Amino acid sequence: MSTVSTTAPARADRTTEPRPSAGRRRRREQQWPAYVFLTPWMIGAAVLTLVPMAVSLWLSFTDYNLFDPPHWVGLRNYKEMLTEDPRYWRSVGTTLLYVVVAVPLKLGLALGAAMLLKSLGRGRAFYRSAFYAPSLLGASMSIALVWRALFNDGGTVTEVLGSLGIHTGSWVGDPDLAVYVVVLLTVWQFGAPMVIFLAGLQQISPELYEAAALDGAGRWRQFVSVTVPMLSPVVFFNLVLEMIQSFQVFTPAFAVSGGEGGPADSTLFYTLYLYERGFTASHMGYAAAMAWLLLIAIGVITLILFRTSRSWVFYADEEGR
Amino acid sequence: MNPTTRRWLPHTAALAGLLVLLYPLAWLLATSLKPADEVVTSLDLWPSHLEWSNYTTALDGVSGVPVSRLLWNSLLIAGGAVVGNVLSCSLAAYAFARLRFRMRKAMFAFMVATLMLPHHVVLIPQYIIFNRLGMVDTYWPLILPKFLATEAFFVFLVVQFMRGLPRELEESARIDGCGAFRTYWSVTLPLSRPSLITTAIFTFIWTWNDFFTQMIYLFAPEKFTITLALRSFVDQSSTSAYGPMFAMSVLSVLPIVLFFFVFQRYLVQGMATSGLKG
Repeated sequence: MSTVSTTAPARADRTTEPRPSAGRRRRREQQWPAYVFLTPWMIGAAVLTLVPMAVSLWLSFTDYNLFDPPHWVGLRNYKEMLTEDPRYWRSVGTTLLYVVVAVPLKLGLALGAAMLLKSLGRGRAFYRSAFYAPSLLGASMSIALVWRALFNDGGTVTEVLGSLGIHTGSWVGDPDLAVYVVVLLTVWQFGAPMVIFLAGLQQISPELYEAAALDGAGRWRQFVSVTVPMLSPVVFFNLVLEMIQSFQVFTPAFAVSGGEGGPADSTLFYTLYLYERGFTASHMGYAAAMAWLLLIAIGVITLILFRTSRSWVFYADEEGR
Repeated sequence: MNPTTRRWLPHTAALAGLLVLLYPLAWLLATSLKPADEVVTSLDLWPSHLEWSNYTTALDGVSGVPVSRLLWNSLLIAGGAVVGNVLSCSLAAYAFARLRFRMRKAMFAFMVATLMLPHHVVLIPQYIIFNRLGMVDTYWPLILPKFLATEAFFVFLVVQFMRGLPRELEESARIDGCGAFRTYWSVTLPLSRPSLITTAIFTFIWTWNDFFTQMIYLFAPEKFTITLALRSFVDQSSTSAYGPMFAMSVLSVLPIVLFFFVFQRYLVQGMATSGLKG
């Protein structure tokens, strides 16, 4: 690595600069390089984030098919969505069911696995990496196809359940079960939050557990009174992150549903329906309205989580926050 | 519980968990090597003989585009994204972590807020922009945004890492007469290497797996990526094509698996620290 050694001797024009008037000069001197560093980010933030946000808000009040100019329709998209479109509500229901089931299961498993790994001496690093692997592969189309096959007629899961006397038939073809194929695929990826939980667990001072043990606290009591409060900021972080991600799940939904949200719209996830309305049916205005309602929903839920966090998230370094 | 059980119980549980967790991957590999008539009829993972012809069929690819081409296309996009993200995110991160400028707090807050922004809100206008620029059905919409630091997650990750670096080295570089750019390039950037590697690996894997963006922007089969090519199997329900289909799936996850084995230290560490310092 070439670090300090490459710092060339000071250039003449720099050293001959007058020393005084330091304060204002230095600040001005530091200003312009900062904007140069930030130029790519600022262009991206303006052209690919801020302007598109404004445009999609405007489009959500129009009828637009990408070819003809947008045509202002006021609140019609929103009205249609909320009062006249049963498939919209179907997609909301499916997505909410998925988020409410998958996120707690995934986080619960992640916490359990993190505690298990913490109690391992040797082999912890190995298991940590191995449990993490599905989180990298899980978003791929390949794995989604594997999942579809495992839960289909003749797939391992249906066969094993069948041999135990539980005859489910194909999960993928069953409107009541198809969504759980996606849920289980998500839960399978518990490694990512687990790694964060494990790092959090390792930061809890052993002295706290010793003190609790001296006071006669058993394992469960230690978990409730030491682990949970000390880990609550990490739980909160994972909860917000997973919730936001889960609302936007797409690839597994696409693969499991055969690309169309089937059977009987039971896997018509929000983003899948948004894609269908916007890009297959060319109702860009409608899709933009859906995107804005998604943003508002995620914003409101995040806000509620932040509000309630005051009563259950414990920060040891209170003044630092 | 006697002490021996207590010691072995966690190990047994971890091993059992590992087997369940890895089963789908083992199944994927096994199925890719099974003869067509064994796929559904036998739960046995081990094929009666290894059907390598699944792979030769898979190599022919989809709609006349060979797998080698599909893999190359994926590599091109993921490689471009890695270069773009590492460059643009480290530039922005250096400004946020080390320089003073007006509106710094506001800009930083905006950057952090975009972490939570669902991509769909900007999706349609971005599509319109790229459409107007004649860039639909090219790789530009997939690569260009990465050069503009649009992935706030990585900016944030590198900012957090740079903030943890000691300032002394940078200050001595300053005293030696280095400007901001020299300091960034020859002091801060080399020191930030772990966070840049994490950025590079995650960018590679996420771009490689990103099905949605590729699907809306790419149309010509010869421009397809390996992930997009797998789409043609999605609406197919017959199990007769399982062998070649999963052979192709194996080929498509192979680069991720390789990356994982080589870089898993950075991956797991990067994930853990980025999560905690939040």
